[in-house]
Amino acid sequence: MSELPAVGLLWRSRKIPLAWLLLTRQPVRLAVALAGISFAGILMFMQLGFRDGLFDASVTIHKLFDADLVLISPRTISSISMSGFPRRRLVQALGDPEVKGITPVNWNFLLWRNPQNKSTRSILAIGFEPNDPLFLDPSLKAKAQLLTQRDRVLFDELSRDEFGPVATWFREGRTVESEVGGKRVRVAGLVGLGPSFGADGNLITSRETFLRLLPDTPAGSIELGLIRLSPGADPAVVQQRLRNQLPKDVTVFTKKEFEESEKDYWRSSTAIGFIFTLGAGMGFVVGCVIVYQILYSDVSDHLPEYATLMAMGYPLTALLGVVGREGLLLAMLGYLPAYGVGQGLYALVRSATKLPVEMNSTRALVVFSMILVMCMGSAAMAMRRLADADPAEIF
Amino acid sequence: MAALPSNGNGTEQGDGNGNGASSPPGAVAPMVDLQELCHWYGEGEMRRQVLQRVDLRIHPGEVVLLTGPSGCGKTTLLTLVGGLRQVQQGRVTVMGKALEGSSRRRRQQLRRHIGMIFQGHNLLRCLTAEQNVQMGSDLLPGLSYRARRDQAREWLRAVGLGDHLGKLPHDLSGGQKQRVAIARALAAHPKLLLADEPTAALDSRSGREVVDLLKRLAREQSCAVLMVTHDPRILDVADRLVEMEDGRLRVAPPLLATS
Repeated sequence: MSELPAVGLLWRSRKIPLAWLLLTRQPVRLAVALAGISFAGILMFMQLGFRDGLFDASVTIHKLFDADLVLISPRTISSISMSGFPRRRLVQALGDPEVKGITPVNWNFLLWRNPQNKSTRSILAIGFEPNDPLFLDPSLKAKAQLLTQRDRVLFDELSRDEFGPVATWFREGRTVESEVGGKRVRVAGLVGLGPSFGADGNLITSRETFLRLLPDTPAGSIELGLIRLSPGADPAVVQQRLRNQLPKDVTVFTKKEFEESEKDYWRSSTAIGFIFTLGAGMGFVVGCVIVYQILYSDVSDHLPEYATLMAMGYPLTALLGVVGREGLLLAMLGYLPAYGVGQGLYALVRSATKLPVEMNSTRALVVFSMILVMCMGSAAMAMRRLADADPAEIF
Repeated sequence: MAALPSNGNGTEQGDGNGNGASSPPGAVAPMVDLQELCHWYGEGEMRRQVLQRVDLRIHPGEVVLLTGPSGCGKTTLLTLVGGLRQVQQGRVTVMGKALEGSSRRRRQQLRRHIGMIFQGHNLLRCLTAEQNVQMGSDLLPGLSYRARRDQAREWLRAVGLGDHLGKLPHDLSGGQKQRVAIARALAAHPKLLLADEPTAALDSRSGREVVDLLKRLAREQSCAVLMVTHDPRILDVADRLVEMEDGRLRVAPPLLATS
């Protein structure tokens, strides 16, 4: 509101806060307007939140890796179909003075048999040398030693229920055995990774067991190479150096790029992005209609009063300013509840779906901008009605 | 009424235009000068003349009442003088400024110095009495918010509504609303007051009160008044009575002789 107490000249030139009074002296209409704007804002928050949350969920596992740079095959387009590349490329990378450590990782989908009802379902299996660092979370280190025995797996307790009550049984002390890729395995421990877009469940095993479960894997072929750099090294510089050194049968990504390429796949190759963006667009349109209706009828109701002001000598621009300020006030007052409710609903969605849906400043700003555009655009449309305020007609 | 805000702008109006130089003592330049004013409504076949060669002068501080049957063009005349309509033919000079061919913006600027009182009170429903009057004093340049608000309060006291500062229009009676409207019109320190049937919505007693008040305050501010009215009970407030019929003026025998 331009009438906020401010210093000096602004205070002196203060006028009656007409826009504010026009809105607040009709509390019911104001409440309806704010409800409409907030609803539109909440809709946009939810749709955009879901969209970003789903994209974030596609890299649940990607984020966990302890790596600065990542090698993958150029033929890999997403985590649901990783292609292999020669393991020696990763070893070659070790030649770079800034590379501190490497972890070769196998990554593939296998059929897991539900130990309870014997149905099978595709599960993501990650294979690595149990002595190598794999995840940023240090708690895996101790459990990894359980994998040195053959045919042992660590089961992701956050996997969806369709894989069977593995975690429950394991905690009860039962020996949980199941069949993966036609081979018998025993659950040696539990880890908490979380389902992602492509994988409903995960298991971690040693490279040796992984190759037994997937005997067709070519020797010396891996799907993922993790590279850790010495502290202080610039990943972008090393990335460029490795790109120049290594043959073209591998792609060098920073960890961030690795995540982004996965998100990009879901963004561009699926309808998800479109659907949720469209949903947010619908919220925007609904909001526009509501605000326009409110402002238009507000201007219409007060037309004789606006005409009176013009007869008194107020210029048309002053009246346009009043309508514009009404739009601005509606935007600000309507945004606050939308933001609050949005936060609450995000928390609800997080607890109900395990999707990483969170408020971030970019989205908060995007939604505010959209509400602002919505209100100011509607105000601009409603201003056209002011042209009908002819002071000569009120006598 | 000594505490009334004075009409401080002096003789700032009148910038030449032939007949409007600031008044030398003795020879008083007219506040309003209409010459051969004609006006039509409609287009083509429907074109209908509402004003026919009207000549009228109003001098500073003069109270002129304009009467006549409805539809005779009184209100049209008022809107032309008030700069609310574009002049079609003839000359309209208000406060020394020629209005024929003037831009929208110039007319709007001029309206700041003309107070207007309407048939309905036309107060802003969402504003209190005090705030409504301040919409008038807000038009004054160079005054602080506090000064403009204090002036608004003074005006409301002057019209006898000092106890109703914070009331919304719908809590006021018809006569009170019209008095707020008068305070609002005078708060902008006008040199000329245009009133269109200000008593039409009032009973005879409050109508009388409003008109007396209007005349007294206008006189104190040496503000000229052009009032359109049907109301025979208030004709005696006029310095000069002008009758209109079919778009022409007929000067009536003066009630209180002035020329």
